[in-house]
Amino acid sequence: MLEARRLIKNFGTHRAVDDISFTLERGEVLGFLGPNGAGKTTTMRMLAGCLEPDSGSARIANYDCVAQRIEAQSRLGFLPEGAPAYPAMTPRGFVKFGLRARGFDTAAVARATDLALDRVRLGEASDQPIGTLSKGFKRRAALAAAIAHDPAVLILDEPTDGLDPNQKDGVRTLIRDMAPEKAIIISTHILEEVPAVCSRAMVVARGKILFDGSPHSLAERGRDHTVESAFRDLTLDRPDIRESVV
Amino acid sequence: MIPTLLAVYRRELTSYFQTPLAYVFLAVFAVSAPAFTFHVGRFFDTNRADLAPMFDWMPWLLVILMPALAMRSWAEERDRGTLEFLMALPIPLWASTLGKFLAAWSVAAAALVLTWPLWIAVNYLGSPDNAAIATGYIGALFLAGGYLAVGQALSATTSNQVVAFVLGCGAAFLLTMAGLPLVLSGLGEGAPAWLTEFIAGLSALEHYNGFRFGVIGLPDLVYFIGLIAASLSCAGVLVAERRGGGR
Repeated sequence: MLEARRLIKNFGTHRAVDDISFTLERGEVLGFLGPNGAGKTTTMRMLAGCLEPDSGSARIANYDCVAQRIEAQSRLGFLPEGAPAYPAMTPRGFVKFGLRARGFDTAAVARATDLALDRVRLGEASDQPIGTLSKGFKRRAALAAAIAHDPAVLILDEPTDGLDPNQKDGVRTLIRDMAPEKAIIISTHILEEVPAVCSRAMVVARGKILFDGSPHSLAERGRDHTVESAFRDLTLDRPDIRESVV
Repeated sequence: MIPTLLAVYRRELTSYFQTPLAYVFLAVFAVSAPAFTFHVGRFFDTNRADLAPMFDWMPWLLVILMPALAMRSWAEERDRGTLEFLMALPIPLWASTLGKFLAAWSVAAAALVLTWPLWIAVNYLGSPDNAAIATGYIGALFLAGGYLAVGQALSATTSNQVVAFVLGCGAAFLLTMAGLPLVLSGLGEGAPAWLTEFIAGLSALEHYNGFRFGVIGLPDLVYFIGLIAASLSCAGVLVAERRGGGR
């Protein structure tokens, strides 16, 4: 469903992503973890077709994200970092724009918009300008736009950042509900989310994959058998990584 | 691809009217055009019932107002991070670029329509050549399109709308000035004739003049369509360059 093959991305002399390869199948929810500047967002942007790799390739549903970008992106839902959205638009208008741009007809736009807004539980906020909404509502509006076209692959960059505990729980439930039918990547700094939502965890730092396995096996690597301690052990107890994190 | 283009066009056009921008722009245009016509163009002193004073000053009005309309097109997307959302949509870049341009051009056309009281006034005062007035409007629309397209290309170079506006004004001013004797004589007597002709040929003013005098010339049409196409292509290339991540 999704394949990253030897992805490399440099910004000037800085190598942000260094030879990252993995595949993701339908039904998998991959927790993409790493300290700030690890290369998570850059990798996700390359998978979403927003950024072209310097070498290597990314494929979604067997379509190359550069050479067959339109086909690949048609099968992708992407929540960018910070959940950007047009402040003057309402969430309903924002979701409708995404669907119209994807070529949905009027009836399908109305149906898919109602369903997506309902799934993210935006309620009355659906018809208020996004600029007037709280961070949590804004993020849910962007999430609605990412899932409205029922994509086979979802890439969500920090989907629960800025949400209150109830909203976080709602988004996690939504991800769990969608998981059987989709391949999903979520990046997060909230490590408790990994065992709660993900079927697989990947830790990256300095653009390299340090761990790829189940959340349970990740926790097993920690000093006190938690994902948090395993994350610290992997990213802080290595001098080369520590240098980039501090 | 047409539904995609229409989706971008519709969003852009709506966004102009969801903020005060379009209303302020249209109000300023509706006030400025008659002000230029009556006060700067000395409409009543000409003793002629036509819109020549308005079309004479139109380029200078458009030099300021079109960059104001174009400055947000890409700079705002970059500043707000929505460019990433747009780039993740399965939209060909030409559709985004053309959709944005057509929306801004529609607002410019609406602004020109708002000068209709002047057209009514000259028809009330005398018997103007309405065909020449119509070609004047067509010329003003193409001139506005040229400035808008250049402004949108420059908007793609920055995430700061003020910078985009200043760059747009500067480029539109240079395009307008290029054909004036002041600039051409400034090249010096030693300048080769082909250079003088080339620079004069770049002038938007030179190509607009034909429309002002009631003539729709093929070279003038080719110039404006070429200017718009080249500028929008530049905007597309600059936005596509973002995908390269500074390679």
